[in-house]
Amino acid sequence: MSAATGPTAGPGAAQENGAARARPLLWGAVITAFFGLLPFVLSTYQVSVATEVLIFALLAMSIDVLSGFAGRVSLGHGAMFGASTYVVIYWTSVLGGSPWTGLALGIVAATGLSAVFAWFCTRVSGVYFLLLTLALGMIVWGVCLRWTSVTGGENGIRGVGRPELLADPLVFYYTVLAVVMALTWVIWRFVRSPFGLTLRGVRDSESRMRSLGYNVSLHMFLAFTVSGFFAGVAGALYALFNNFVSPSTVQLSQSVEGLLMAIIGGVGTLAGSFIGAALIITLENVVSEYTARWPTVLGLMFILAMIFAPEGVIGAVRRLFARRKT
Amino acid sequence: MQRRDFLKKTGWTVSATAAAMSAPRLALAQSGPIRIGLMAPLSGVVAAGGREIVEGFNMYWEEIGSTVAGRKVEVVVEDDAGNPDTALQKARRLVEQQKVHFLFGNLLANTGLAVASYVKGNGTPYFIPVIAADDLTQRDRVPNVIRVAGYTASQMPRPLADWALKQGYKRIATISQDYTFGHEQCGGFAQVFSEGGGTIVNQFWNPLNTADFSPYLGQLASAKIDAVFAMELGADANRFMQQYANFGLKGQLPLLGAQNFTDQSVIRTMGPECEGIVSSAHFAEGSENPATQKFVKAYSAKYGKMPSLYGFSHYSGAMWVHQAMETVKGNVEARDAFLDAVRKTVLTDSPLGRPVRLDDYGNPIYDVFIRKVVKNADGKYWNVPVGTYENVSQFWTYDREKYLKQPPYSRDFQGIRKG
Repeated sequence: MSAATGPTAGPGAAQENGAARARPLLWGAVITAFFGLLPFVLSTYQVSVATEVLIFALLAMSIDVLSGFAGRVSLGHGAMFGASTYVVIYWTSVLGGSPWTGLALGIVAATGLSAVFAWFCTRVSGVYFLLLTLALGMIVWGVCLRWTSVTGGENGIRGVGRPELLADPLVFYYTVLAVVMALTWVIWRFVRSPFGLTLRGVRDSESRMRSLGYNVSLHMFLAFTVSGFFAGVAGALYALFNNFVSPSTVQLSQSVEGLLMAIIGGVGTLAGSFIGAALIITLENVVSEYTARWPTVLGLMFILAMIFAPEGVIGAVRRLFARRKT
Repeated sequence: MQRRDFLKKTGWTVSATAAAMSAPRLALAQSGPIRIGLMAPLSGVVAAGGREIVEGFNMYWEEIGSTVAGRKVEVVVEDDAGNPDTALQKARRLVEQQKVHFLFGNLLANTGLAVASYVKGNGTPYFIPVIAADDLTQRDRVPNVIRVAGYTASQMPRPLADWALKQGYKRIATISQDYTFGHEQCGGFAQVFSEGGGTIVNQFWNPLNTADFSPYLGQLASAKIDAVFAMELGADANRFMQQYANFGLKGQLPLLGAQNFTDQSVIRTMGPECEGIVSSAHFAEGSENPATQKFVKAYSAKYGKMPSLYGFSHYSGAMWVHQAMETVKGNVEARDAFLDAVRKTVLTDSPLGRPVRLDDYGNPIYDVFIRKVVKNADGKYWNVPVGTYENVSQFWTYDREKYLKQPPYSRDFQGIRKG
């Protein structure tokens, strides 16, 4: 086990093992309380933005599982996210099926797709992994764009609305909150499990893990597939939220946005995904109210973040506290 | 008990304060200004067209002093980035936060369809002068989505197909951008041309943003055809015309185009390569009609360029809705009456110079021009009418019930009659 715990022996390791066992739970409670209270102070529109933040936080976390804990930066998660959205909307609006079955099918489809991706991607790491996930994601986008008879091509498919039970925006918001927080706990358990520790081992030294007898490819395959499952859940929720799907839901920028959220918040922190998603989506909304050049403002923000807070918001805050302590 | 009571009260106070701060205009809604949410792609690949949407729209409200039936008109502009997800988010914000009375605009069909699916749920009126997706006024109608001063994609190329038959063209090949707007425009042309006895020899579909058309041009040159029908827009249109001329096909093989192919937004920057191309549309900036010329002069004076279809459509769309708002005396809060007024409005003083009305499906019926690109007195290229088809509806000469039973146009279904 020393090999597995070894990789975490960074500055934060001492706290992690000791008193702060309960700290992640505290974080979870803080996030839940924060989002739980939001509807009391926000307008309906702002609640819909908060819903979007939660959904994208889940997408960002699914990317964080790989990029933060296994050291594999993926640009293909937008495709799994969007594949799930497509399946849900196609099932409910074109085939007229039940939305609950649709959600299940969407998640299964995304997980299956990510297993296919994983099968290709376990053999590579670093920039090759990035490029391969990018290419596979582009294939999915291309299929959605060109397979007009099924996907409606560029025009996309309109949904049939949320099921009766979730029609009310507030009920929907709290449902999304419950699902996302439950999955956050699952992801947290996942990355802290012995299996999760092997992923960190792979991140820090693949050859060491191999020589210790771990089947690295198998571990990466499982990690990728599981992370695709989480992206699929986010995509299914997005189908209910957006009630519309078109190739822009699976395109590269979706993957990039999810990744940026994870990075801005702090890679490998999970909680950072919430901060990143909230920051980016709120900024998009607020800045675009004042200027048509909002993409420029966002771009500048990303550059500044990379210069002054390369470990993301959580990383920067930690550094600040660490400095104060010494 | 006391504690719970306290919490309850604090909660209410906090939320009430927040609500009061976030929606100060709500209380004044009935008597306050009429708020219009205009969405256009101001960033991304179609940003140029998006800017012309805003220009045309604002120009109209400025001309009338931004007052309708005693109420001020406020236009809130939002960037949809040419992305349906962004468009949807912006539509939500305009309706739920900015409390606009109705929505206007969007350029790309997918953004319009996304917004249409949103307003379907909440009944907000939504006007689409440029969104041409056929089914929005055909198979998937939404009652509160109306195509004021707009058109359906397949509506405009049909008269051109008929005109081509009358020129004696027997064999035509089509080349079109490979997405729904292209499939629909091309389908309109191909169906009418083949039903009239012509042969569609071949159909080419190029991906959006094709840099090099030579593989297609080579095949067109050797296809033994009488003419080419091209549906391209934006930079693709520009490149296609350039390369068509460079390949020496210009002057040898007549080139027909969908309306966006020779729109001002494309030919504004072009030279003689675009001269002589024939297309069909309800708007021709080179028409001699005094109303059209007045608009073209005013627009050119204000923005330093001739109006494109985007600017024209939003200018006319604004005029259309203005007329309807006068009918209901500015009471846009009564949605049903307002929408009804929009549907019944006959637009008389638009830059077209002839009355325009909607069919029962919410799509305008136009006199469609066959237009040719020629050089005007200022040395600029523009579209001049060479023929007119009167009262062209989105259903052409077809029986609507029967027409709506055929599948929507796609790559696989172009309505071509064999033999």
